[in-house]
Amino acid sequence: MAECGYLDPFACGKLPLADWMTDGLRWAVDNYRPFFQAVKAPVDSMLLSFTAALGAVPPMVVILVVALVSWQIAGVRLALGLTAILLFVGFIGVWPETMLTLAIVLTSLLFSLALGIPLGIWASRSETLYAVLRPLLDGMQTIPAFVYLVPVVMLFGIGNVPGVIVTVIFAVAPVIRLTYLGMKQVPGDVIEAMRAFGATESQLLWKAQLPLAMPTIMAGVNQTLMMSLSMVVIASMIAVGGLGQMVLRGIGRLDIGIATVGGVGIVALAIVLDRLTQALAKPRKKGEWLSRGPIGLVRSVARTSRTDSAQQLPSSAIKN
Amino acid sequence: MTDAVIECRNVWKIFGDKSKEAHSAVTERGLSKKEILEQYRCVVGVADVSFTVGKGEIFCIMGLSGSGKSTLVRHINRLVEPTAGVIRVANQDVNALEGPQLRQLRSQSVGMVFQNMALLPHRTVIDNVALSLELRGMTRADRHDIALEKLRLVSLDGWGDRYPDELSGGMKQRVGLARAMAADPEILLMDEPFSALDPLIRRQLQEQFLDLSKVLNKTTVFITHDLDEAIRLGTHIAIMKDGRFVQVGTAEQIVTEPVDDYVADFVKGISRLELVSAGKVMQPLADGQSSALFGPSVLATDKLSKLLQVAKEHDGVITVSDGKRPVGVISRYDLLNAVSG
Repeated sequence: MAECGYLDPFACGKLPLADWMTDGLRWAVDNYRPFFQAVKAPVDSMLLSFTAALGAVPPMVVILVVALVSWQIAGVRLALGLTAILLFVGFIGVWPETMLTLAIVLTSLLFSLALGIPLGIWASRSETLYAVLRPLLDGMQTIPAFVYLVPVVMLFGIGNVPGVIVTVIFAVAPVIRLTYLGMKQVPGDVIEAMRAFGATESQLLWKAQLPLAMPTIMAGVNQTLMMSLSMVVIASMIAVGGLGQMVLRGIGRLDIGIATVGGVGIVALAIVLDRLTQALAKPRKKGEWLSRGPIGLVRSVARTSRTDSAQQLPSSAIKN
Repeated sequence: MTDAVIECRNVWKIFGDKSKEAHSAVTERGLSKKEILEQYRCVVGVADVSFTVGKGEIFCIMGLSGSGKSTLVRHINRLVEPTAGVIRVANQDVNALEGPQLRQLRSQSVGMVFQNMALLPHRTVIDNVALSLELRGMTRADRHDIALEKLRLVSLDGWGDRYPDELSGGMKQRVGLARAMAADPEILLMDEPFSALDPLIRRQLQEQFLDLSKVLNKTTVFITHDLDEAIRLGTHIAIMKDGRFVQVGTAEQIVTEPVDDYVADFVKGISRLELVSAGKVMQPLADGQSSALFGPSVLATDKLSKLLQVAKEHDGVITVSDGKRPVGVISRYDLLNAVSG
């Protein structure tokens, strides 16, 4: 039917893109596999320690820590909400899977940040780097996540560690972008003032740029976390354990029960992580920390008992 | 001048990729600002400016926006690199300073106040004031002691633990001033510090600044677009236009002897009463001319406002003396002429 000609040049032949990719990847596997295996090592040890820690700690301790932390950074209401969600997750019987998924997500997050924040800072100082990085980031965010799986399996194998690596590739983009954005948003006059008072480049970064960019960077951290969570389900196709695995099994067996339980677990984890990082992203003044939440409570109790044991002071002295 | 704290000689700043070529073109062939822009795509910010500021002086640079005054003042602590020219601050060639020396100059010898305050919003007032001390590596306790003292100087004691967004505009700029003075610098650079404030607050801050300036004896370069402000504060005033100094002089010189229409236009609306002295408007007596004139007398340094007071109570000619003997006379006609400018 199709004839090679001006009207249908596609019939004349095709670019062997698929073959190129296959050959290229094979070449990379043949020549650089040791390198890729070496990359796995730090990820592996980090993941192992997270898994061991989260597995060893009794569930109620984990819940208590989450509750205290959320109380400290956001308030009592969030603490109560998150406690209820985590209790629910425990009672539907997916606590171990949830902890494994959490370990994978946290490991991915750590590596994403270790990679993304410096890259974002660097890009904000070099327009050339940003020009190179931008299409790359666009690509990483739009290429369907499944496509990553093939090269990752060939280079790194299957299991939780390659799962972390594929998650990092998928989820690192927002933290790079928002770090870049946050750094660019630091007012020029503040930077000029820092220079005018004799700041070195590193003082400029640590004392002005990073603190002022922090809310935006934290928004990037939040996005990266959410994307990691969604990737963890897809990564279950390369034998990553945890909640994603349950969902995948549910799909395979058309078992709505197990798919729902896994899915609900992921949603619960997403809510917990999202609310925690969003609360962290809100700009706060440094003194405020010490006077709120559990720390504030402990401090005010301590202060009251101290003043009680000492002489009677006017009430204004206690308040301040 | 030996006591010059700041000395700028033939400073040029041309912005653009081909600034060096543009500079040699402008010095050798005398191209205009417009020709430079057309032929080299370069913008002339500062053109051949020279001036000196002596110890304790307040040197006001007055000009409209875009005249290059902010660019010029940034050469003094080298926030802007000159295309050509020499800038000496406290007997150092600023352009020859290496990184650490330059930072030392900035954190210890030159304090700067900005039009938009540029306080660090994530730091308390006291940490903002202590910035230059902190950058220099002073311990927390020491720098807070000094910062507290400077806050007292601008009457903001008790506000140290607040954040900049809790302060009004005038208070913020007082924090800016305290920050600039924290390191006890010899030199203050004020880049339109009071322009963003409402008139009443501006007036108060000007007065507070003048008082402080008298006590602390800082050498100041003060940028403003407000001639009233320049006249109120400046020991010397430079009028800047298109990157050049059009006229440099005392307030009285600028008001009574404007060099061209541009300056004349500026000073038209300025009240001369407190600026012009009797010595400027009198008809001098020839040597040996009789001093036996009747009527009231004033000193040569008395201002027009004083003359008006005298003229209100006495008809006729006013005698001007240098303190010992008469040196001139002022008629009604002379006085009216002087007041109307």
